[in-house]
Amino acid sequence: MAPSPSDDTSIEVIGLNTHYGERQILHDVNLEVRRGEIMVIMGGSGSGKTTLLNHLLGLLSPSSGTVRVLGQDLAALSPMERQQLRTRTGVAFQSGALFSSMTIGDNISLPLREHTDLDETTIGIMTRLKLEVVSLAGFEDLKPAELSGGMIKRAALARAIVMDPDLLFCDEPSAGLDPVVASSIDDLILRLRDAMGMSIVVVTHDLDSTFKIADRICVLDRGKVLALDTVEAIRASSDQRIQNLLNRRTEEAALDPDAYLRRLLGDKANQPNGTIRP
Amino acid sequence: MADGGTGQHQFFGFLDRLGRRTMGGVAEFGFACALVGESLYWLVMGGKRRQRVRLAPVVAQAMEIGIGALPIVTVLSGTIGIMLAIQGIYSLKLFGAESRVTLGVAMSTVREFAPLITGILVAGRSGSALAARLGTMRINQEIDALTVMGISPVRFLVVPALVAMLVMLPCLTLWADLVGLFAAGLYIAPQLGSSMGAYADEVVNLVKLNDMLHGLAKSGIFAVLITVVGVVNGASVTGGAEGVGRMTTRSVVHAISAIVITDMIFVFMVTR
Repeated sequence: MAPSPSDDTSIEVIGLNTHYGERQILHDVNLEVRRGEIMVIMGGSGSGKTTLLNHLLGLLSPSSGTVRVLGQDLAALSPMERQQLRTRTGVAFQSGALFSSMTIGDNISLPLREHTDLDETTIGIMTRLKLEVVSLAGFEDLKPAELSGGMIKRAALARAIVMDPDLLFCDEPSAGLDPVVASSIDDLILRLRDAMGMSIVVVTHDLDSTFKIADRICVLDRGKVLALDTVEAIRASSDQRIQNLLNRRTEEAALDPDAYLRRLLGDKANQPNGTIRP
Repeated sequence: MADGGTGQHQFFGFLDRLGRRTMGGVAEFGFACALVGESLYWLVMGGKRRQRVRLAPVVAQAMEIGIGALPIVTVLSGTIGIMLAIQGIYSLKLFGAESRVTLGVAMSTVREFAPLITGILVAGRSGSALAARLGTMRINQEIDALTVMGISPVRFLVVPALVAMLVMLPCLTLWADLVGLFAAGLYIAPQLGSSMGAYADEVVNLVKLNDMLHGLAKSGIFAVLITVVGVVNGASVTGGAEGVGRMTTRSVVHAISAIVITDMIFVFMVTR
């Protein structure tokens, strides 16, 4: 069996550093998601939350550090073990990432068809069952292009949970939706956790939905974990950057006149073959 | 800044770009080879890994690649057959050997023109479609979605296209052989004052199995080239819709260039 911490830990990230080319994106990220909790990874644009998610999904490999998902070190898995692990996790992408050439029903039943030996009748029943869960019953014969944004997100959730995963990832589940639909997606996520006992990792920049669904919040800023705590603790935090984020204040960059001038000049003066003439 | 310094920088800039391009090309070639290897792996070992390559998508792709291309292959190979016949009779007439035109037309159709024109057509029709489809799926995160579901994108998307291409391209080439030779006969028989039957007899006597296999083997190689070039370009799409368009164009240009160059190398190695 897996080592002991995995019994109540779904994800464990230790000392994760990543680079995109020369640029360092994540700086020494440590994170732990407990079984059955909803962890919201929150941060502004460019804070590295999408990169962190891609590492949790094993789509990127870190420069250094360890990512353990359901007790297994992603870097140490054989392709076969990795495939096994992936049948135990579900992912709902930001854009839905439904296969545009297939109907909603085929999209949702694809993992069942590929990973199980169930017969067509059972697959049909399970697919319609998940469609009921996300309130999309009767839409299985439509193509993704015929659905609205909120319906696509819900269909993507249905596909993510069709294998009854132990761990569910949602990337920006409510982004780009009107408040009512966004709120219904939040309710759905809460219901999934309560009914199926999944651990859920939600990546979002939406404050309302964060406070509504989160058990704990991980605040990312410029590739570093600013805080990792319960909703109340985050709200009460005295950290200026966190408060800025919570109160939607823009950050005042310290004004350096020289640097400002250099930026306006497009940094030409410092380039080796600069063409600025007096 | 001194002129010498600027020149030096330009030179190093050129070397830098040259190096990057070369590295990019080598990396792409390596990716292509890995892709062929991985496709073969899934084809043979897919059942053991519980990821069988399924027949239905192969058939769907084969319909699209093969049956869909039939009309245009028929028209163009017929046109080329007639064109070869006209040029053949014209040039052979210069030294009074127009009766030997059937030999030239039959050989060049079966060994060269049928596989080449079929390959170019399919590269334009299906290679580009493959690149565009994969590119769109990539920017839409559908490839990532497959990966995180534990479904190998190579097994699910590439292998069916490769198998369908490997089956259909030689079939289309065979069809292009027949149509091209028939159309050439329509011109040659009346010009030489003989019948279609006599022309057909002559063709059957002249064209050896070896010549047919020469053409079909090449079309097999073209099939791999078209698929791999399409997939490599589709998989490297970045930058949204514009990127898809750029890589689709690139895949057609690369595939056709690869086909013509490989054709020359193949002929050089086999024929001399």
